[in-house]
Amino acid sequence: MLSKNLNKVSLALVMTLFLGACATQQATTTKGDDAYTGTETVKFLADGVPDRVFFSTNKSELTSAATTTLGKQATYLKANPTLNVVLEGHADERGTREYNLALGERRATAAKNYLISNGVAANRIKVLSYGKEKPANPASNVLAWSQNRRTVTVKTN
Amino acid sequence: MKYKIFIIFVLFFILTTKSFALVSVDITRGNLDPLPTAISDFYLDSKLDDKIKNLKLESKIPELIQNNLSRSGLFFALEKKSFIQRPEPAHNKPRFEDWAFIKTQVLVTGKISLEKEGRLRVEFKLWDVVSATELSALAFYTTPDNWRRVSHMISDKIYERLTGEKGYFDSRIIYVSETGPKVDKKKRLAVMDQDGYGVKYLTLGNELVLTPRFSPTSQHVTYMSYFKNLPRVYLLNIETGIQDLVGDFPGMTFAPRFSPDGKKIIMSFAQEGNSDIYTMDIKTRVVEKLTDHPSIDTSPSYSPDGSYITFNSDRSGFQQIYTMKSDGTNVKRISFGEGLYGTPVWSPRGDLIAFTKLYRNKFYIGVMRSDGSGERLLTENYYQEAPSWAPNGRVLVFYRETPSDSSGRGGGAKLWSIDLTGYNERLIQTPTDASDPSWSGLLSGK
Repeated sequence: MLSKNLNKVSLALVMTLFLGACATQQATTTKGDDAYTGTETVKFLADGVPDRVFFSTNKSELTSAATTTLGKQATYLKANPTLNVVLEGHADERGTREYNLALGERRATAAKNYLISNGVAANRIKVLSYGKEKPANPASNVLAWSQNRRTVTVKTN
Repeated sequence: MKYKIFIIFVLFFILTTKSFALVSVDITRGNLDPLPTAISDFYLDSKLDDKIKNLKLESKIPELIQNNLSRSGLFFALEKKSFIQRPEPAHNKPRFEDWAFIKTQVLVTGKISLEKEGRLRVEFKLWDVVSATELSALAFYTTPDNWRRVSHMISDKIYERLTGEKGYFDSRIIYVSETGPKVDKKKRLAVMDQDGYGVKYLTLGNELVLTPRFSPTSQHVTYMSYFKNLPRVYLLNIETGIQDLVGDFPGMTFAPRFSPDGKKIIMSFAQEGNSDIYTMDIKTRVVEKLTDHPSIDTSPSYSPDGSYITFNSDRSGFQQIYTMKSDGTNVKRISFGEGLYGTPVWSPRGDLIAFTKLYRNKFYIGVMRSDGSGERLLTENYYQEAPSWAPNGRVLVFYRETPSDSSGRGGGAKLWSIDLTGYNERLIQTPTDASDPSWSGLLSGK
């Protein structure tokens, strides 16, 4: 009976060591600039005014492509002062649900602040985070994830 | 609903439990030698009418007990056809040689008889075949339609007597049922017994619902809903169906959980790109802000004594796990391994915190001590998250997703359970895809 128990101990120990090894052998990957730069999935608020901007993994900083797009949106919104918008913030599926809700809110807020700093009245813009709940591209691959890390500007009237 | 009314159960003679048992189950390590267990059919009192006889409870109750015990991974149920002694004499006075002959170490027997007003008396006895002694005996009084609940309670008593730990079979799991295409999933709250039986849908699917969590003290659930496109935390009484908005925040509230006494809800509130942790007292509606940091602070979970909180924050630059006192002071980072950490949840036993870890594009469910030491990864997969503890802190339920192809097909979520030891990983069958599971406390209390 004792030796049986000892066997169990050593097996559990081996498992722990094995799993521990998995966690330490590999180096950490910190993903850098992997924001989507293509045009698939993009729609338009008006001619030449793309409706969405893309983000790098785990980031909410606006890329230069994003500020260009948001600049066009700001110009369009100022030319159409009765329009209101909601900025829908999204994350890719490779993250925990609750953190992604917060990340979506942070991304949408980054876009909102850029529009405000370019002269759009704050009371015309709402933010809504969907986290990873509404992917634009349902595939599980790097391209789809980059298309899903986005903030989409949607007209509400 | 049913769960409140029923069962009066009576301890009728527990005195035999003091006798020394030769058989016991060690559940602190991976159990590679499940305990051989014989669960005899119960015997039916001959005075029962045909209506009750037709229910076949004499075999259904033992089968459910067997299913529970086998799924725990700690017991190996022997086949009924190998049993030599019939149910009635086995219950009254087992011939231990007959049971030792088929190499069982434990025997469960039972008797079902009729009480006043159509109620049943279900009695079981647990025998140690090795030392030829009775370990425990109990009787439960119930209505016939409540036989599943009684079977779960008997399973808990057997588990408790043989492992020295509380059971977890008389409990339920709330989760999110998922149907429809990945770009527009229909999500509904659903609740079922811990063995997957008796699924009931609590919402219609008209709005997106996420992260339901059981109250540890009542039939309340807190969850997040996109009702009217406003993502907010709600409180739902699953007996009455009445729901309430939690707090009046000018923005998104999410990641709710109850305090251990069931009196408060702790959650995140997001505003201006910053998520902080708040509590709201359910009765007084008083709101308290616990963290104040420009980073994302979310996924809070109380320690079982209510004095500490663990949560997820990216204040270091990346998602990591932190603890703090329940007044928000003494914030400490506890996860220091490589990779990202999320969804910390404190064990009901108090010693461990379960979490999700993302490392090198794989997801892990793991546990660590509440000071961050002793990290142990239990399971690795393409995607899995959101562990929730069984009421005895020995088993975790979580959800796992498979990758989808370029048209979005194949990416379903399912519920899985795994032992704290990292062994005994099992799929929990659900009628639809399922995510965000949360285990209730024991329904019978304590």
